[in-house]
Amino acid sequence: MTSILTNLFDGVAYGMLLFVLACGLAVTLGLMNFVNLAHGAFAMAGGYVCMVLVNRMGWPFFAALPLAFVSAAAIGIVLERLLYRHLYARSHLDQVLFTIGLTFMSVAAVDYIQGSSRVFINLPAALQGQFDLFGVGIGRYRLMIIVICGLLTIALQMVLAKTRFGSRLRAAVDDPRAASGLGINVPQVFAFTFAFGCGLAGLGGALSAEILGLDPYFPLKFMIYFLIVVTVGGSSSITGPFLASLLLGIGDVAGKYYVPKMGPFVIYTMMIVILIWRPNGLFGRTAAR
Amino acid sequence: MFERKQFSAIAAVAAIAGLAAAVPAKAEDTVKVGLILPMTGGQASTGKQIENAIKLYMQQKGDTVAGKKVEIILKDDAAIPDKTKTAAQELIVNDKVNFIAGFGVTPAALAAAPLATQAKIPEVVMAAGTSIITERSPYIVRTSFTLAQSSTIIGDWAVKNSIKKVATLTSDYAPGNDALNFFKEHFTAGGGEIVEEVKTPLANPDFAPFLQRMKDAKPDAIFVFVPAGQGGNFMKQYAERGLDKAGIKVIGPGDVTDDDLLNNMGDAVLGTVTAHLYSAAHPSQMNKDFVAAYKKAYGTRPGFMAVSGYDGIHLIYEALKKTGGDTDGTKLIEAMKGQKWESPRGPISIDPETRDIVQNIYIRKVEKVDGELYNVEFATFEAVKDLGKTKK
Repeated sequence: MTSILTNLFDGVAYGMLLFVLACGLAVTLGLMNFVNLAHGAFAMAGGYVCMVLVNRMGWPFFAALPLAFVSAAAIGIVLERLLYRHLYARSHLDQVLFTIGLTFMSVAAVDYIQGSSRVFINLPAALQGQFDLFGVGIGRYRLMIIVICGLLTIALQMVLAKTRFGSRLRAAVDDPRAASGLGINVPQVFAFTFAFGCGLAGLGGALSAEILGLDPYFPLKFMIYFLIVVTVGGSSSITGPFLASLLLGIGDVAGKYYVPKMGPFVIYTMMIVILIWRPNGLFGRTAAR
Repeated sequence: MFERKQFSAIAAVAAIAGLAAAVPAKAEDTVKVGLILPMTGGQASTGKQIENAIKLYMQQKGDTVAGKKVEIILKDDAAIPDKTKTAAQELIVNDKVNFIAGFGVTPAALAAAPLATQAKIPEVVMAAGTSIITERSPYIVRTSFTLAQSSTIIGDWAVKNSIKKVATLTSDYAPGNDALNFFKEHFTAGGGEIVEEVKTPLANPDFAPFLQRMKDAKPDAIFVFVPAGQGGNFMKQYAERGLDKAGIKVIGPGDVTDDDLLNNMGDAVLGTVTAHLYSAAHPSQMNKDFVAAYKKAYGTRPGFMAVSGYDGIHLIYEALKKTGGDTDGTKLIEAMKGQKWESPRGPISIDPETRDIVQNIYIRKVEKVDGELYNVEFATFEAVKDLGKTKK
């Protein structure tokens, strides 16, 4: 019984992490209709910034986390203004070729600067280890991930649904021409959204170093997971990817625990079954666009 | 038309065969070593260590041996066997190398084996660790290790040191399966019991569920083999889940506590017992000098891959000395058989029958030395052959 709960907890933490990493991709892919395969590169950037600040410059971990967000967002906004915006109107193939190229460049750049071995972020003692809650083993670090990611999800949902910026964004996505006719600065909204998505990825990258491992090949290794989250969740809202992340996280952990021989395939099997059942993802719009 | 095509194909084959035969005669004043290593991709740290060590050796000993200048031609295969094969072909046919060397992973070493046989040039394996490799060509010689060497020794050691129940966690690929099977054979033969057996996928993002399974199985120790890069993640999550406090030890071949990464793993790794061929803390004077020179040149500690590369180039030098600079591949491989020398890892030799390495395997425990984490050796099994072969 307790091991079921521990697994559930681990699965939720893993799913939350996937969500923070992938939800920026859901935004660019779903809302802005742009295929950004370089998404993981921003996550990696955030992770390395956090690592350098904590390990080399002695910053406290919690102070470095926001910096991971900010720096990834800053890199995002610079690249968006310089490169990405020229490709919004191009075909998906062009976008894929461009972003995969960017991914390889980021891999080579980080490999050159930081070396190819795995890096770890020195965690404060308070985040290490596990404690028992009614016999259920709760990892402190994973608990922190759940708290941070849970709060972020609520905040994101509120911003999208309740604020003026949220309605502008939704308007800009639904019909860019009508939105700009109403005085909404569509490119600015997109640039900001893109940067925010990159920032989230950066934060996710910093958080995931401990669990997934951080090395220069991060963007390539985890690209498939981001894409699974977005395809399974559907890319029309953030609730879809959120539930998809949780489902996949829990499914993956449970699969590896209960059927270790089949473990690695569980996540893919789930994807295939869901996509046969709902080809547009759990919450996809049906051929609306 | 058809006949002509066939004829040109035969001509091409003949031409290639001719080139291959001409290889040894061509090189007069230089000896070329084609080094094929993963310099990019997940195995890049292996490639870098070996390249560093070879450069260091050539700085120390000079680049001339038996009157010939040694030239290294480095090719990156990113540990992808198809690329290894292409690289080996180019090196043999275009560059007319006298040796091919390196090979970060088993499939890469195997991909090059038929080429070494055809071209009759020595293939010096400096990293890949599966037993079968040296059986795939009479021109293959190995200066790294085989997984059987360390896995059987740690199995023997475990049963003698009151470890009765072991859960295993190994990566699901050839070296992982090798490590698992050799360990299992020796451990169960000695009366030990395997209570849980988990194979993790090679691209494994999160060890959490596997470790939880290990914890619930309540073994005395976990036997671990994961590729070099993943060791750190494993150790971190092992500690996070409190397996260390539950009294579950980590044992395994030394890949998990590779010197390259060990120091970044945190104190969780303290007390881990592994069997392996090399530790940067090996107490010989030769090793102290080697570590100091390596650190000075590259700023990091050498790992077992570095020492395998260092010994690999040494073997090439010694073979050339013995043949007096003759670069005939068959004579070179004969010259390599039975070579014995003192390496930074301790005394080693090349088994004249299997062309595989014979070396001491040390049992080590991770301890803190001067504030840094090291594998401190405390027991030695001398002159261990590859037990994967003696079976036959």
